[in-house]
Amino acid sequence: MNATTTQQTTPATTTIPSDPPVKMECRDLSVFYAEKQALNGVDLDIREKQVTALIGPSGCGKSTFLRCLNRMNDTVDIARVEGKVLLDGRDIYDPDVDVVELRADVGMVFQKPNPFPKSIYENVAYGPRIHGLARGKDEMDAIVEKSLKRAGLWKEVSDRLAEPGTGLSGGQQQRLCIARAIAVSPAVILMDEPCSALDPIATAIVEELIDELRQRYTIVIVTHSMQQAARVSQETAFFHLGNIVETGITDDIFTNPKDPRTESYISGRIG
Amino acid sequence: MMVALALIALATIAYFTARSRSVALAGGDASTLHSRPVYHGFYAFFWVLLPALAIWLVASRIADWYISSSLSERFSAVIESLSGPQAGAFINDAMTLASGGRIGFPDDDKIAAGEFVAGLQSAAFWLVAALVIGVALAGFFYAYSRIEPRKRTRQAVERVVRYALIACSVVAVLTTIGIVFSLIFESVRFFGRVSVFDFLFGYHWSPQSAFEGAGASTADDNSRVFGAIPLFAGTLLITFIAMCVAAPIGLMAAIYLSDYASAGFRKIAKPVLEILAGVPTVVYGFFAALTVAPAIRGWGEVIGLTVSSESALAAGLVMGIMIIPFVSSLSDDVINAVPQSLRDGSAGLGATKSETIRKVVLPAALPGIVSALLLAVSRAIGETMIVVMAAGLAANLTINPLEAVTTVTVQIVTLLVGDQEFDSAKTLAAFALGLVLFIITLALNVVALRVVQKYKEQYD
Repeated sequence: MNATTTQQTTPATTTIPSDPPVKMECRDLSVFYAEKQALNGVDLDIREKQVTALIGPSGCGKSTFLRCLNRMNDTVDIARVEGKVLLDGRDIYDPDVDVVELRADVGMVFQKPNPFPKSIYENVAYGPRIHGLARGKDEMDAIVEKSLKRAGLWKEVSDRLAEPGTGLSGGQQQRLCIARAIAVSPAVILMDEPCSALDPIATAIVEELIDELRQRYTIVIVTHSMQQAARVSQETAFFHLGNIVETGITDDIFTNPKDPRTESYISGRIG
Repeated sequence: MMVALALIALATIAYFTARSRSVALAGGDASTLHSRPVYHGFYAFFWVLLPALAIWLVASRIADWYISSSLSERFSAVIESLSGPQAGAFINDAMTLASGGRIGFPDDDKIAAGEFVAGLQSAAFWLVAALVIGVALAGFFYAYSRIEPRKRTRQAVERVVRYALIACSVVAVLTTIGIVFSLIFESVRFFGRVSVFDFLFGYHWSPQSAFEGAGASTADDNSRVFGAIPLFAGTLLITFIAMCVAAPIGLMAAIYLSDYASAGFRKIAKPVLEILAGVPTVVYGFFAALTVAPAIRGWGEVIGLTVSSESALAAGLVMGIMIIPFVSSLSDDVINAVPQSLRDGSAGLGATKSETIRKVVLPAALPGIVSALLLAVSRAIGETMIVVMAAGLAANLTINPLEAVTTVTVQIVTLLVGDQEFDSAKTLAAFALGLVLFIITLALNVVALRVVQKYKEQYD
């Protein structure tokens, strides 16, 4: 799959492009927090090496949905998930699935940059150490360098890897978190409003990075910014009140929304 | 007493009068006042109360001084005929008689003096009372006349509040300083008799034998019996045993409570654990002396060890249990303070719960945990009751936890309990021990606080 492939040429009527294979499939996915249902049986296909943006007003279930994709909701005691999420055809909620392996495959970047209070090097090496990905220091050094390079941070930090990651600027911290996620070689990276705590310049850098990462990784990004969704994503799903109202190619959704609710949201009347 | 009541009543009246006066001046519309009516009320309240109280303190002091000096003057002939302590007793007895008390060996002079004092006192009472009430009234009229709609009474009242708060904190600080100085002065007196070197590095502690022997005066102290090493060794041994119990158990409990326990269990277990901290240490002492120590001796006999019935082990174990809630509660707080986002970040990379705790949460919380442990250590060092009851009084220099040892605090207690002259080396030694103990725990607390400060900068 070539990153330069553009979706603009696809006819606007085709909501599901046939071109890239489906990486993750969600079928009838519901989430309950205690008695309250946060997600009402949604279906969504996430295509490989594309950026899929999840948009919608606050509380619409988009972050909840994202957290289902690597079972982060497991850490919330009161959360209950129903339905299926298939990764490469295998249900990740199957009892046989090891959540540790799953999360190595489906990495996550959070809303607020959350580097560990360790050195920059140790932040990146954390995942590989846990999963035993490196034999010896040379291999670890190579992984750290490669990950930082892919996250576009290497030039800025190569001479101060031993300094604490918490000492970096917000945008650098978020790229460090992306490097940390990349270091375990995931297939999918989930990003939960990765730029919401960043200034416009840092946001632009991270957005460019996301666009680059699309060559190697499947990316799902939750965002509140319509412009961001338009800039970085190829496909968009619009969430509203726990349902997916509309999915499709980003350009179609933004230029020609089918559902009136999508249109109101995009033009700023909901949310 | 009557004066105090009158003063409070007057101040209360002033409060209400000034409040309604301010409203009246504003034409019934309180919103045109600069300060709310309440502040005008308090403004008058303080003007009545504070100058009057100050005058009261000063005037009663002057009156007391005047009474005792005129007593000495009037009865100078009698006093001069008496020796020093008797003259003092004479004046005391006169005062006692004046206030209606009973005295030993009453005689005509004393009774006359008592009547003289009583007369002066009642005159002084009325004088002071009149003065105080007068000042209060003056304050009242002053404040009342000053009330006007634009008067900034709010600032004035806030200033009084501020000074009152300053006064309270000054009391706390001065008390601490006073205690430290009394420790230092008494210790200096002690070190005048026993050399610092003998005290800090001596191996032999038996102050009871310091001045045994008939006719020996307290000046002939044998400074060789004040070697504090066995005490500090005993303290360290027991503290070490206590921390061996409390550190792992407390820490693990904290980890369980903060990261594993369900919300419901945590809600019950945490207060229950903290109740342990509320058990009086004497009760722990019973438990140590009557249950744990015999049990340890029993087990020791089973496996062929000689265990004395009072052992460092028993005291240390029970003390460890006592400080578990310290460690667990403080560690639980710092572990909870580690942001959830770090746990999520770690979990998002595929770390298991225990990996997350071991590699992310504990390192992030480590400084806080260390300071929790240091605070627990200083608590253990200062603990007395359990050791008195379970570890014994024998100042053995040993690292065998099965033998009886003694600690600094226990020795302070035994040095000061009972009939003692308060200027012998034996009792002064208690102050020197207290000073050293104070320095040690102070140092531990300072280190702990430093560590906490450093830790605060960690994740932000």
